[in-house]
Amino acid sequence: MSVLVVAEHDNSEIAPATLNAVTAASQIGGDVAVLVGGSGSAAAAEAAAKIAGVAKVLHADAAEYANGLAENVAPLVVALASGYSHVLAPATSYGKNVMPRVAALLDVQQISEISAVVDADTFVRPIYAGNAMATVKSSDAVKVITVRTTAFDAAAAEGGSAAVEAADAKGDAGLTSYVGAELSSSERPELTSAKIVISGGRGMQNGDNFKMLEEVADKLGAAVGASRAAVDAGFVPNDYQVGQTGKVVAPELYVAVGISGAIQHLAGMKDSKVIVAINKDEEAPIFQVADYGLVADLFEAVPELSKALDD
Amino acid sequence: MKVLVPVKRVIDYNVKVRVKADQTGVELANVKMSMNPFDEISVEEAIRLKEAGTASEVIAVSLGVQQCQETIRTALAMGADRGIHVLHDGDLEPLAVAKMLKAVVEKEQPQLVILGKQAIDDDANQTGQMLAALLGWGQATFASKIEMGSGEAKVTREIDGGLETITVKLPAIVTTDLRLNEPRYASLPNIMKAKKKPIDQMSPADLGVDPAPRLETLKVEEPAKREAGVKVADVAELVSKLRNEAKVI
Repeated sequence: MSVLVVAEHDNSEIAPATLNAVTAASQIGGDVAVLVGGSGSAAAAEAAAKIAGVAKVLHADAAEYANGLAENVAPLVVALASGYSHVLAPATSYGKNVMPRVAALLDVQQISEISAVVDADTFVRPIYAGNAMATVKSSDAVKVITVRTTAFDAAAAEGGSAAVEAADAKGDAGLTSYVGAELSSSERPELTSAKIVISGGRGMQNGDNFKMLEEVADKLGAAVGASRAAVDAGFVPNDYQVGQTGKVVAPELYVAVGISGAIQHLAGMKDSKVIVAINKDEEAPIFQVADYGLVADLFEAVPELSKALDD
Repeated sequence: MKVLVPVKRVIDYNVKVRVKADQTGVELANVKMSMNPFDEISVEEAIRLKEAGTASEVIAVSLGVQQCQETIRTALAMGADRGIHVLHDGDLEPLAVAKMLKAVVEKEQPQLVILGKQAIDDDANQTGQMLAALLGWGQATFASKIEMGSGEAKVTREIDGGLETITVKLPAIVTTDLRLNEPRYASLPNIMKAKKKPIDQMSPADLGVDPAPRLETLKVEEPAKREAGVKVADVAELVSKLRNEAKVI
């Protein structure tokens, strides 16, 4: 048994989500190899070699892998997959885009967003927005899997000393081309890996009011998130969205402010260790999952909270 | 240009699902079913392409039990021209669906297939990517904006850190994200008209696909329950509990 982890990276650094996928790979057992497909990506390959628990790094460096386009990356993974019993990637927008393409080319049924490894063939995954957990067994020759990153601890980024082997590039499929990206700039921790997340919903009323949450977030070293209602209303960009259709987070502390707690939102945060809800509607469903609930007007409670954190 | 829109019948997104006592699945009997919300966005986008004169025909296709015809009728009432129903009673996994859609695509020769990014029942997020792989076409997943050019489409995609723009050669696969558009409601006259629009019915065997699942579901359980929480009286008590009881700040 041997497991190949497809690394997500920006050619110089390995994305933290990859470290969670390495832990899932270690739980399956056997040797863990990491594939770094990129362009000018020697630094990323070296970083991958240092991850604890990694036995080998396969490094394919060619122009066609510069932006991680699925049409180019998938044939590379497929060419290497025959040597492995499992191929894993984190269930990020990158992994979700590439892996089903790999699975179909290998003629196997992918297992999406596993939250636990039972044995080498059997995995647990959430369905129906996390309202049910399915245990599934695969009889496919190669298991193609994406990993829910919040369900596995991150492997140590240092301590490993894997050998880096060059892998042959497979050429440009010529189907898609990269135009550009508009990334949200933020000084705060990344939403999916933050220890504390404070999120606002429709109750925030406008984008300016999110400054109140940002002030609290800065005092707590927290990331700022949002419900779909807040994103749709244009208060904050869509990459703030926590939920079934946004990001899944499981921080130590999740503070939901002015969020009613629709099923869609709960799917993205109900595995948080401690949940706090601040809402003026005491009937809001969010109070059913909150460890600590405060029924209050957020426009009074949030500034008070900010002040209390100074003491 | 023909546009093909696959639509799935799923439990309505407002329903709180219940796991069956024998752990074989979730309770589907007497539960409200609807079109998967992401697929409504796909249908809307296809109809907008038709209204803009880019698309000549919009075909809605659904795979599954007899009642999937209702889902196709909904798409027809929104403005799709005709439907295709692949009748199958058992479970269908994304790989089998992608293989059947491939056969439909080869028959109908659309230039664009628009799918939802994921179905809210199995939460797989695979079918569009798998169909693109099987056809050897380009894919633009999680689309929040589509601009049709000649022989290609420019698509803005929602990615973890923000937005990314790619161009994809036609024919192509696009999967929709929530912010692509706001789907229209079907009007009563259009619902009546949709009853006259044709729906072709076929079977997996007609398409030459074995629909047998590859994964065996051993059990389906309720997720771990959270313990009941407490209401605090004010901010001071909240901060004190977080510091001293939960020890998270």
